[in-house]
Amino acid sequence: MSTYRIQGATGEWEVVIGLEVHAQVTSNSKLFSGASTAFGAEPNCNVSLVDAAMPGMLPVPNRECIRQAVRTGMAIEAQINKYSRFDRKNYFYADLPQGYQISQLYHPIVGEGALTIDADEKAGIPEDKVIGIERIHVEQDAGKLMHDQHPTMSYVDLNRCGVALMEIVSRPDMRSPAEAGAYVRKLRTILRYVGSCDGNMEEGSMRADVNVSVRRPGEEFGTRTETKNVNSVRFVMQTIEHEANRQVDVLESGGKIVQETRLFDPNTGTTRSMRSKEDAHDYRYFPDPDLLPLELDDSFLDECRTSLPELPDAKRARYTGELGLSDYNARELTAEVETFARFETLLAATATALGKAEKDVATQVANWALSIAPGVLKALGDEANPANSTAEAQASILKMQDAGEISGGQAKEIYEIVLKTGREPGEIAETEGLKQVSDTGAIEEAIDAIIAANADKVAEYRGGKDKLFGFFVGQTMKAMQGKANPAVVNQILKDKLG
Amino acid sequence: MTELTNLGVKEIRDGVAGGDFTAREVAESFNAAVAAAAELNAFIVTTPDHALAAADAVDAKRAKGDDLGKMGGVPIGMKDLFATQGVQTTAASHILEGFKPQYESTVSQNLWDAGAGMLGKLNLDQFAMGSSNETSYFGNVSSPWRKAGTNAAMSPGGSSGGSSAAVAARIVPAATGTDTGGSIRQPAAFTGICGIKPTYGRCSRWGVVAFASSLDQAGPMARSVEDCAIMLEAMAGFDPKDSTSLDMPVPAWEAGLNADLKGKKVGIPREYRMDGTDQEILDSWERGKEWLRDAGAEIVDVSLPHTKYALPAYYIVAPAEASSNLARYDGVRYGLRELPDGAGLQDMYAETREAGFGDEVKRRIIIGTYVLSAGFYDAYYNQAQKVRTLVARDFNEAFAQCDVILAPTTPTASFPLGENSDDPLAMYLNDVFAVPASLAGLPAMSVPGMLNSDGLPLGLQLVGRPFDEQGVLNAGLAIQQRAGFTAQPEKWW
Repeated sequence: MSTYRIQGATGEWEVVIGLEVHAQVTSNSKLFSGASTAFGAEPNCNVSLVDAAMPGMLPVPNRECIRQAVRTGMAIEAQINKYSRFDRKNYFYADLPQGYQISQLYHPIVGEGALTIDADEKAGIPEDKVIGIERIHVEQDAGKLMHDQHPTMSYVDLNRCGVALMEIVSRPDMRSPAEAGAYVRKLRTILRYVGSCDGNMEEGSMRADVNVSVRRPGEEFGTRTETKNVNSVRFVMQTIEHEANRQVDVLESGGKIVQETRLFDPNTGTTRSMRSKEDAHDYRYFPDPDLLPLELDDSFLDECRTSLPELPDAKRARYTGELGLSDYNARELTAEVETFARFETLLAATATALGKAEKDVATQVANWALSIAPGVLKALGDEANPANSTAEAQASILKMQDAGEISGGQAKEIYEIVLKTGREPGEIAETEGLKQVSDTGAIEEAIDAIIAANADKVAEYRGGKDKLFGFFVGQTMKAMQGKANPAVVNQILKDKLG
Repeated sequence: MTELTNLGVKEIRDGVAGGDFTAREVAESFNAAVAAAAELNAFIVTTPDHALAAADAVDAKRAKGDDLGKMGGVPIGMKDLFATQGVQTTAASHILEGFKPQYESTVSQNLWDAGAGMLGKLNLDQFAMGSSNETSYFGNVSSPWRKAGTNAAMSPGGSSGGSSAAVAARIVPAATGTDTGGSIRQPAAFTGICGIKPTYGRCSRWGVVAFASSLDQAGPMARSVEDCAIMLEAMAGFDPKDSTSLDMPVPAWEAGLNADLKGKKVGIPREYRMDGTDQEILDSWERGKEWLRDAGAEIVDVSLPHTKYALPAYYIVAPAEASSNLARYDGVRYGLRELPDGAGLQDMYAETREAGFGDEVKRRIIIGTYVLSAGFYDAYYNQAQKVRTLVARDFNEAFAQCDVILAPTTPTASFPLGENSDDPLAMYLNDVFAVPASLAGLPAMSVPGMLNSDGLPLGLQLVGRPFDEQGVLNAGLAIQQRAGFTAQPEKWW
């Protein structure tokens, strides 16, 4: 249970939040036309006759977009509707050439599902929480108006027009800005795992309409407002924070909340009214007569299901369960696709190199991947060429370390050189003298000299002053210029000191 | 030598193939006939060069011994609802005046690929909305027919009125039409020619300016059943660019023509006997029954109980779709733009659409917008869709008892231009017999039956099962052979 409350003048208020996330479907071409979806092209270069709504043009559904929506639905364990239909949402605007958006009002492709946001004490989420998802439907994006190209006119760029979006509609299940933030992040992670949306909020691939209302804890839902097109996790949280406080102020000063559409201003972190319910468009939804209902067959659904990757929750459970990683490591490694992908590649390479099971090297690899390697990379800054950081090179470093041939410090030094030069780790160890000496002869020689030179300390040690063992280790390492294998040094010292 | 412009599709195709005349001679004859018939106002633009180029290509193929195609050497008229690359395409509306598409509609491309050439773009009711060809921005089309003893200009029917007038006047051997609620069949009936609307989905809608997407269907208009069969074969076919296109092979309708109806049952729907139907129309219906019986068919009574709801349902569904389909004509990207000084976006929309659309188009946009509005959607649009389902079910049940249905095409013969133009409801009633087959997506054809006492043609309508264009064409052929309809309008233009 969230304990997040707005402290009003008249008491506590609870915030109720629902999110409609618009996620741009990853596909090469648009939802109903063959035009490219590439981001950043010159204006009006990715526009087909269909996108420009030329007379007599007809939409043809892009199978890949449908597939991605279905896979996304499966990833949130939602009901997949084998029968769905496209409807037209009618309104006039210059970025909407058809005069209607093709969407799915009455029969969405994905029904009821859910996702779990993870407990986060610091953020006021004491335990995992399931957030209901009402539906996912597929629809066309609109074009873009450019108001800064001409003093008196606006220009229209239709590149984005007709690109497929998934609208993912949550239940009003969130109770704090932190929960909403966690929901958007988790959703983005799932979309990225599935590969159905790149989740890039800066480029507008993901944006949220934020529905907020307030109520006295435990009472009926209040009237909600909807803030449109919020395009970062931080802004979603700011929107809720501001909007909830604004609503409390209105209510406590005797006012009423009007159901309305609002806009978020990122410069001030506040929201302002865009239009009220009375001015709301009448979209005149009706089934698009240019399109037949979508009927999905079992083989299509099977392909969608089998093509799903391991999803974040399952992966995390496997990392802690099978691989024996800590909760922290598992969470960090599974947060992003790139992270776990790199980890799993390195894990496989290391296990192979060492001839051990993955679970036996997982913790070593996780520590390397999460803290050691990033530390070296960061310290090097621009000197590093991350492309040199192959799984093969890293596995070879970890193997040398595991075999006691190099120390932890040497591993970092070798990795540094790898990053700078792309040279082979084994060769670096040899050439640069970055190897531990495990040769007992050399170590014994050094230790004998140290014992001979420190007869007093030897006597004290033998007399019971155990702490002096560290002194002998230090002396030995110094004599060996830090290249002695600590395990071997310890063993010989113990033998000789008795 | 016979007057080439008296020849139909089959005769021209066979004559060109057989070397009786060249395709160029044919094209030149029709180009001249078109040029001499400006008074009919059947064309919005003429394209004599297109016709000649296509003819020359056919003649060249013949010289090489290549296949000339299903329509090899036949010049046709193209209803100006089909997008034709580089040739103005207007839907008879001011809002698209001057619009030259960069693309060719699938149906017109299919025809060119089959060896046909284009004589010009035919006039029509604006956006195919109308039953008399009086709503065109480019003026009324006059039927070549006149009421005996008068000189009043008569309606060629609509919306494919330019097509029907041109075919009847023999300035084209055949023309494309489109039928949303009777727009091929009613004008065919008014002008004494044949026209078939195939099963919904047979002809691609890609590149056809949309009126009501779930009803729009292209088809041929010509002077004989055989010519319709030939041309429909050339027009039809699966098109992946149209999601509602039928993914079925195109049957060999011409080769399958057979007027022997032994073993076939012809249904007579009792609900089509409506008050206000002209007695001569009812008489022609009786004649039609006799002809089909003579061809070997058994005549059976059938019932289509929801017939009376079909027209009101049609006038909800079609305007609803039209109101949305026509939203794209907004002055932003192509066509007319009215931008008064200081006008904003909303003003531009209003001014452009005010100036660009005719009254009938505006009327239907307003009706359509209304029936889709919040609070009215269930009462109108949803209700109309239910009626549509019931109308389709009526046909389904009737076709359990018969193979093809015979009915009048229209409740009256052609009327003088201007007679119904102040009364939209009277005008809408003209499609009362045509609309049910449209709502059900069924193949339906009008063939000429006889002349009435005013010397005006009357049409008979045949409606078939889904995909059974052959059954419709065969029954049409049986009537054609017995009706002996050879009347021609007296040339006054």
